[in-house]
Amino acid sequence: MAAARQWIARHGRRLVVALPLLWLLVFFLLPLVEVAQTSFTVARRGIPPFAPLWGFGEDGFFTNFNLENYGLLLDYWQDYIGPAGNSLRLAFFSTLICLLFAYPMAWWIARSNPRRRAILLVLVMLPFWTSSLLRIYALIGLLNPNGFINSMLMFLGVIDTPIRMMQTDFSIYMGMLLTYLPLMILPLYAVMIRLEDDLLDAAADLGASRAGVFLTVVLPLTLPGIIAGSLLVFIPAVGEFVIPALLGGPEQIMVGKHGRQGVVDRILPQP
Amino acid sequence: MRRGISWPALWLAIIGFGILYVPVVVMVVYSFNASRLVSVWAGFSTRWYGELMQNDQVLSALAKSLWVAVNAATLSTVFGVLIALAFVRYGNFRFRLLLSALASTPLVMPEVVTGLSLLLLFIAMEGFLGWPAGRGIDTIIIAHTTFGMCFAAVVVQSRLRDFDMSIEEAASDLGATQPYIFFSITLPIIAPAVVAAWLLAFTLSFDDLVIASFVSGPGSSTLPIVVFSKVRLGVTPEINALATIMIALVAASVIAASVIIYRNATGRAVAEEKGGQP
Repeated sequence: MAAARQWIARHGRRLVVALPLLWLLVFFLLPLVEVAQTSFTVARRGIPPFAPLWGFGEDGFFTNFNLENYGLLLDYWQDYIGPAGNSLRLAFFSTLICLLFAYPMAWWIARSNPRRRAILLVLVMLPFWTSSLLRIYALIGLLNPNGFINSMLMFLGVIDTPIRMMQTDFSIYMGMLLTYLPLMILPLYAVMIRLEDDLLDAAADLGASRAGVFLTVVLPLTLPGIIAGSLLVFIPAVGEFVIPALLGGPEQIMVGKHGRQGVVDRILPQP
Repeated sequence: MRRGISWPALWLAIIGFGILYVPVVVMVVYSFNASRLVSVWAGFSTRWYGELMQNDQVLSALAKSLWVAVNAATLSTVFGVLIALAFVRYGNFRFRLLLSALASTPLVMPEVVTGLSLLLLFIAMEGFLGWPAGRGIDTIIIAHTTFGMCFAAVVVQSRLRDFDMSIEEAASDLGATQPYIFFSITLPIIAPAVVAAWLLAFTLSFDDLVIASFVSGPGSSTLPIVVFSKVRLGVTPEINALATIMIALVAASVIAASVIIYRNATGRAVAEEKGGQP
């Protein structure tokens, strides 16, 4: 025990660095290397469904290195370019729509008195802590052909047949808003709360119109928040799986869903 | 007086909050609907909550999810604190660049890539080492710890940076050993951030569908996996009830935490205004 304590005292600093470093090397970097290796090997029947890239057999060292998979990727580029294009398009417009709503929301929060600010901030944080899968599920109940919106509109006599809202770009954007709006609001709020009224007053006193104050003072000063929020939304939105899988149709297939489907169909046992 | 907000902007903001809350509120209301049909209101009933309590598949998935999330969050927090300590305290140590790259890439890595690469690793490890034999709860905990620790590290680091080093130096001058200083002084002071990091890692693990669906084996489906497979078949009142319970639990804790933080903050502000000690 005393020896152990001495050992920890002597090597404590090394342990602090080594433990997380080792974990990340084994469970993060090594798997990525494994994926890269596998991309250069050949497919075969069996488990795992590919040959080892290199190893030592009866004839000594052997390697299965080839670029066949990259050739396949080029041959079947139409299969991948569609989902990739969808991903970029849907993620890009989702980011813009998030910004459209998040900007006034963050402004409202930042410009409120402390009491209302606290309440509104809780309203933003609450969805952030609840499961996005369950919130997406709630959205399905709203948008379905026999969901809440269509039922209400038909009950009120506004429409005769249900509007198709599921499996459209619209449902994807709603899902993205529901999931990523808080991630856009928080960085915007962080820069807006530091924006002093003196600056706005000075610009107005010097003759700037409301639009002028916004374009020349507010927008440049909140740009860091816009950039940070857009990155926080765009990066996960591109790889999003749940939203296109549950809300999208064949025209909204994104790389995240496409990639997982490909793996699930080939490697995992089907339930 | 702070400048307000113009009417069009206020409306956009209100619609924004509406988008966040209307679906959830409608779902909560319909979880008390007596009818199985979602579009027909047939009176108030707690029938679906009763049926949920009988659903073994959902309950066992819930138990698995909680076990995974508690373990992954605890491991993530321990590693996260270590990473934060190394970055804030150790200056320019060897492997700093490598650790910083490894601890930040998982934050932006698409879940599909993380999940797939871990799946391939586990398959390869099973071939070489015989472990993990099949995939199950252990592999999900490992996967969740791997990205959870990176988020935990970010949360703890921000707190550790504002740390008043003179307290630790005083303890050191009085002869305390480094581990003793850490557990009796540093840890209690950064405790709020450690708790926040644990909660964040717990939530990330508890909500994760994509990575868990890659690294889980047959019979180790977590709650999001079960919910996802049910939701694909359509909206069911039981899931409404489940979602309502979970959202209510989270809402209650977030609101309670916020009230405590708000009271503390205003209390401190009042004390400072009066010229007293914060």
